[in-house]
Amino acid sequence: MAIVEREPIAEATLVETAAPSAAALRRPHATTGAWSWFTTIDHKKIGILYGATAFVFFIVGGLEALLIRLQLARPNGHVLSAEAYNQIFTMHGLTMIFLVVMPLSNGFANYIVPLQIGARDVAFPRLNAFGYWVFVIGGLFLYSSFLLGGAPNGGWFNYAPLSAHQFAPGHNIDFYVLGIQILGIASLTSAVNLIVTIINMRAPGMSFMRMPVFTWMTLVVNFLLLFAMPVIAVALVLLTFDRLFGTNFFNVSAGGDPLLWQHLFWLFGHPEVYILILPAMGVVSEVLPVFSRKPLFGYPFVVFSGIAIGFMGWGVWAHHMFAAGLGPVATSGFAISTMLIAVPTGVKIFNWLATIAGGSVRAKTPFLMAVGFVTMFVIGGLSGVTHSIVPADTQQTDTYYIVAHFHYVLFGGSMFGLFAGFYYWWPKVFGYSLNDRIGKVQFWLMLIGFNATFGPMHILGLQGMPRRIYRYAPGMGWSTWNFIETIGAFIIAFSVFLFIVNVWRSKRAQVAAGDDPWDARTLEWATSSPPPPYNFAEIPVVHSRDDLWRRKYVEDEDGKVMPVPPVASTEEDQEAGEVHVHMPSPSYFPLVAALGLPIIGYGLIYHLIWVDVIGLLVLLTGVYAWALEPPTEPEVEIEAHGEPDHPDGDGEPEPVPALTAGGTEGGSE
Amino acid sequence: MSALATSAATTRTHEATPHATSTGLSNVKLAVWAFLASECLLFGALISTYLLYRGRSIVGPYPHQIYDIPYTSVSSFVLLMSSLTMVLALAAVQRGDTRRMRVWLLATALLGMTFVGGQAYEFTSFVRQGLTLHTNLFGSSFFVLTGFHGAHVTIGIVMLLSLFGLSLRGKLGPENAETVELIGLYWHFVDVVWIVIFTVVYLIPS
Ligand code: HEM
Ligand SMILES: [Cu+2]
Repeated sequence: MAIVEREPIAEATLVETAAPSAAALRRPHATTGAWSWFTTIDHKKIGILYGATAFVFFIVGGLEALLIRLQLARPNGHVLSAEAYNQIFTMHGLTMIFLVVMPLSNGFANYIVPLQIGARDVAFPRLNAFGYWVFVIGGLFLYSSFLLGGAPNGGWFNYAPLSAHQFAPGHNIDFYVLGIQILGIASLTSAVNLIVTIINMRAPGMSFMRMPVFTWMTLVVNFLLLFAMPVIAVALVLLTFDRLFGTNFFNVSAGGDPLLWQHLFWLFGHPEVYILILPAMGVVSEVLPVFSRKPLFGYPFVVFSGIAIGFMGWGVWAHHMFAAGLGPVATSGFAISTMLIAVPTGVKIFNWLATIAGGSVRAKTPFLMAVGFVTMFVIGGLSGVTHSIVPADTQQTDTYYIVAHFHYVLFGGSMFGLFAGFYYWWPKVFGYSLNDRIGKVQFWLMLIGFNATFGPMHILGLQGMPRRIYRYAPGMGWSTWNFIETIGAFIIAFSVFLFIVNVWRSKRAQVAAGDDPWDARTLEWATSSPPPPYNFAEIPVVHSRDDLWRRKYVEDEDGKVMPVPPVASTEEDQEAGEVHVHMPSPSYFPLVAALGLPIIGYGLIYHLIWVDVIGLLVLLTGVYAWALEPPTEPEVEIEAHGEPDHPDGDGEPEPVPALTAGGTEGGSE
Repeated sequence: MSALATSAATTRTHEATPHATSTGLSNVKLAVWAFLASECLLFGALISTYLLYRGRSIVGPYPHQIYDIPYTSVSSFVLLMSSLTMVLALAAVQRGDTRRMRVWLLATALLGMTFVGGQAYEFTSFVRQGLTLHTNLFGSSFFVLTGFHGAHVTIGIVMLLSLFGLSLRGKLGPENAETVELIGLYWHFVDVVWIVIFTVVYLIPS
């Protein structure tokens, strides 16, 4: 799996004289137009692709949620059959976790992290594209199950032996084991890539303790992915072998251990929940200081508690198994470690509150979303702590109380945080802002809808309503709350619709945002909006944490913040010379290689060896062609004119820098 | 999947303007280390599964009935020797001694193939003695663990042969020493994992 690429970024002003490549296909050159999205290896475009694809899946997963809520709106619902219900709630969970929150976070990481650390791209641009394509294809593979006899129906944690062949004979679970495996490959490649990028490609002066918190949290998350993905991979391999080749790992009559899956799954699963929340915490840690016009309170504490969460997250997995009967010692140990992990989480909360306190707050949409994150996440965290108390949890587990908990952390937490990210970085990515008024309406609707949907679940859970039932009887006393929840779900759906309207209208209005619309603190705002393909004409040199802020403001003797007085001789800087930046060239092969994986998957499911062979050949073709083509096609060169800090007042979008092909136009031989 | 050299052309670019990384380590090297760290957990989970199921099979054949320790020791020795030839290959490429590098790369690949071939023979003889994937927990966990390792060795062999092929086309000079080094790193890693597996699976009695 080690795909070796050279550092793609050659130094500026390099004149290339090297021999052309001997690639079989003509190398794609276009960096604009529809087709260029299939071959792009620009981290920004890939970031947008991640975001857009994940948002489509968000809508699909949301529609599934509406189906669930319609079914449960009244007692004895008849929208879905029991089997359809199982498939829908399973796919809802898988979609939201693996196809929405993870890739959305990854989209932000892809786009923002290189800009925040002052790099021109990620360390391995083609590996980055490969990760994206594997993600899309893995998602489509998973969804193809609906057409091929039925989607996974064992819940997102898919407990074996219940999901073994004996009890789940259809292909449903086969799509689970292979689909999640494919998505795991996507996560693993992108984890390696982002770890190397953050550790190795920081601009001069960008020491670890000057790194923006979003970058920090991305680093922690990707280490978690690096170590959690192989664990779930093994669990999936064992179950795949049981189902397809008749091994006995989960065969209880042959002595198989029914707890093996649970341990492996949750050893992955708990780090996974931090994989889902830490990126949103990173976003919020960027947004709150900017909109409070204060540095993040206690930066080192926020960073170190993030790292602490990353470590402690490995020692709490069995709190998902309190009802499995692990014995008093193990149970108490995991109960205590679970209570302890709330401490670093609490530290962050207080830091965010202290950041807001005393600041000159501008309550724009990103800020509201971030505050929504903090408040809703506190509720979810507290219900988490109540789960850590074992006697209480034995009552709560497998009820709607758990459903309430993880929606407060995942929707109230992650999704609110990611929406804050949308509103915050939209002007950077597209050059125009989202409408703030619609944004605020969306925020309030989402907050109300969210609490109406998931708040009552606490009550229902404590009243004993089990999760994952497709019907309930009229006399249980659950009907009113369930009805309110369904209304809430439609309010959320409407708020998401408003977001889409907002995107559409803002795109039409094209109100130019300028390079630094929020008066922000970190480097991504030091380049143009949208940034040029090479991000920075000149790699910035970093002198402090919140470097951009320090370039803009100084403190006088009383600690009052004032703008840096303009320097007289900026004229010369403004006319910085022409910069030649060699960027890595687009490539087909990541996509080709990724296409091999689902083919192998279908071959395995239907026991067609020749299909597997074809898949393997496609994969190998992609990988070899990729390894043999040079990252940068020698004759393609992007010309940039370094114009630091020009005001973007006239509303004109940045012109796309011309692509010049030295030598024969487009010729690759 | 495979780790291959990029063409000489780009490497020259790279050499002409060494791009300073924040740590001084090259990106690829850091990536390979990260990847191997991840692999540790992959094998860790597989080995744990094997250990969990050790001695819990309900029907035979049981390990002590079919293991041929001397045979497996020899093939383990062969694999360990391949780490030595890998080191020699790297030293040769760093010296710019292309001929020796080819010899040692090929030797490493051949030793690896001997190991995998030996494993294939071992598997067939176990199957003939009645141990398959389905027989019992031992069969399942043994074949999956050692098979996974064998697959890793096979991927290593493919990468070594690819290096050999590149070198025949004149595309593997001293400036690509790092590529050889990194594939070597993977190769040594797979060897070390085998030492653990050999000890845990064959040597420690259940
Ligand atoms: C203060 C921190 C947290 C604590 C103490 C905590 C505690 C727990 C406990 C003990 C359970 C198991 C309950 C049971 O099944 O009986 C649980 C379930 C869960 N938690 Fe948390 N949690 C915390 C934060 C989070 C975060 C940040 C996320 C994700 C963003 C999360 C996602 C989940 C999910 C998805 C489940 C349900 C898994 C399932 O059964 O399907 N939790 N939590
Ligand atoms: Cu947990």
